[in-house]
Amino acid sequence: MSFRKASVLPGFGLTFGFTTFFLSAIVLLPLAALVASAGSMHWSDFVRVVSSPRALGSYRLSFGASLLAATINVIFGFIIAWTLVRYEFPGRKIIDALIDMPFALPTAVSGIALTTVFSQNGWIGRFLEPLGVKVAYTWIGVTLALTLISMPFAVRAVQPALQEVQRDLEEAAETLGARRVYVLWRIILPTVLPALLTGFTLAFARAVGEYGSVIFIAGNLPMKTEITPLLIVIHLEEFDYQGAAALGVVMLAISFVILLAINLLQAWGRRRHVQAAH
Amino acid sequence: MAVVLPHGAFADDAATRPGQHTWVHAIVRWLCITVSLTFLAAVLLAPLATVFAMALAQGLAPYLESFADPDTLAAIRLTLTTALVVVPLNTVFGLAAAWAIGKFEFRGKSMLITLIDLPLAISPVISGMVFVLLFGLHGWFGVWLQEHDISIVFALPGIILATMFVTFPYVARELIPLMQQLGNDEEEAAITLGAGGWMTFFRVTLPKVRWGLVYGMVLCNARAMGEFGAVSVVSGHIRGLTNTMPLHIEILYNQYNFVGAFAVASLLTLLAVLTLVVKTLVERTGYRRR
Repeated sequence: MSFRKASVLPGFGLTFGFTTFFLSAIVLLPLAALVASAGSMHWSDFVRVVSSPRALGSYRLSFGASLLAATINVIFGFIIAWTLVRYEFPGRKIIDALIDMPFALPTAVSGIALTTVFSQNGWIGRFLEPLGVKVAYTWIGVTLALTLISMPFAVRAVQPALQEVQRDLEEAAETLGARRVYVLWRIILPTVLPALLTGFTLAFARAVGEYGSVIFIAGNLPMKTEITPLLIVIHLEEFDYQGAAALGVVMLAISFVILLAINLLQAWGRRRHVQAAH
Repeated sequence: MAVVLPHGAFADDAATRPGQHTWVHAIVRWLCITVSLTFLAAVLLAPLATVFAMALAQGLAPYLESFADPDTLAAIRLTLTTALVVVPLNTVFGLAAAWAIGKFEFRGKSMLITLIDLPLAISPVISGMVFVLLFGLHGWFGVWLQEHDISIVFALPGIILATMFVTFPYVARELIPLMQQLGNDEEEAAITLGAGGWMTFFRVTLPKVRWGLVYGMVLCNARAMGEFGAVSVVSGHIRGLTNTMPLHIEILYNQYNFVGAFAVASLLTLLAVLTLVVKTLVERTGYRRR
């Protein structure tokens, strides 16, 4: 078998060559430099950097808050997607378009705006303050920022799946006397489950790496409100390139695992979809 | 009854379906809409409104004056320059990648697609750091670059490289599935009838994928202008020289110059709104995001 199938169309050599060259120059070589930098460290140094108490504290916050944010987004993402798909109400189209706002809004803007709204005398923060809930400069603020920036992933993953739920199946179940909760549990949720999991993973992946929106609201205290990307920046500012690279490799490895999980989930969803169609 | 309803038409007729407790349905509907709107109002609308409320907190005059600051103007110029370099380059890349991947069958294709998507899965901080590791003073080429008096990190080239890395997949991931889906029939016909490769590309392929191209370019531009983490790592934060708009926001905000910070933020928010409007208009042509 040759490398590619014959075609009458021209330009494969040019476009394929340009694509691989550009990809290598901009993405792959720089990433290789990162891995090589961390690889040039002595193994014991590497372990010392990536398992220092400060690093462990930052993983706990980065991964804990990201998991929480992804969970919140799956719950609210399902409700929002359901509302947008199933109900007609004034302003539905505008709300639908607004869901993508966190994609389009620069993270620094989200960061300062959220901090202002949830600080002690902000629009929402002033009502939470008497209740003893401090959002800005705590882990709650970190979770909130991560929830905002990863929200569209969950909604947009669930929305098309909900549109595909077979209404006649639901109606058949209801005609046969099934309660609404039973229909939700046995027909709707199983259909959208792969989409929910994909949404969760995408939201988590985005949240773990997020930097811009978090650093404004986090307070950035070591061990308490310091996320891993910020710790990398601190290492870089101290010209500790190897330490930064070591933490970067840890995050990179986690990104790869997440990417793999997303691919597997989507393959699973497609398989289930094909089975359902038969 | 075999009546085909248009999408959305069944939304409110649920109450008339048999076996439905209408009032339960009404409560669930009301609850879902309320919860959705409250959640979005708290995490999305309130911050958006705050941007403009804070920018105009002291009236219109101080808001407009904050744009007269030469550092702010320099930041706006730098952001525009960066986007003007990055978006066309990534568009050319996206077109080339989509042509190679969408029009031909070859081994390792899915691997190539995964690699193109890679920057989306990587933390922006890492996207910037890789260039510091390569071109920074203590980086691989640091000494060589200094000897030849070339600055990449803490200068415009570094900002452009980091932005390019971050926005790398945006155009390609719109065009690849689109070209795959639209197929090669028209192009093959054009070539068979004697059209050249470039002519086929400009007269047949480009019109076919134009909405996907606009869609990808608009999103690429929004990210390029708004990128913070990656650019922050490579920029060095030199006021008036290597400060993009998002970085300038951070500096002004940390100096408690809230009107200035939110004034710049309001420009970027307007850009985001514009991006969403274009995106919605493109979707209205029937183009669907894959």
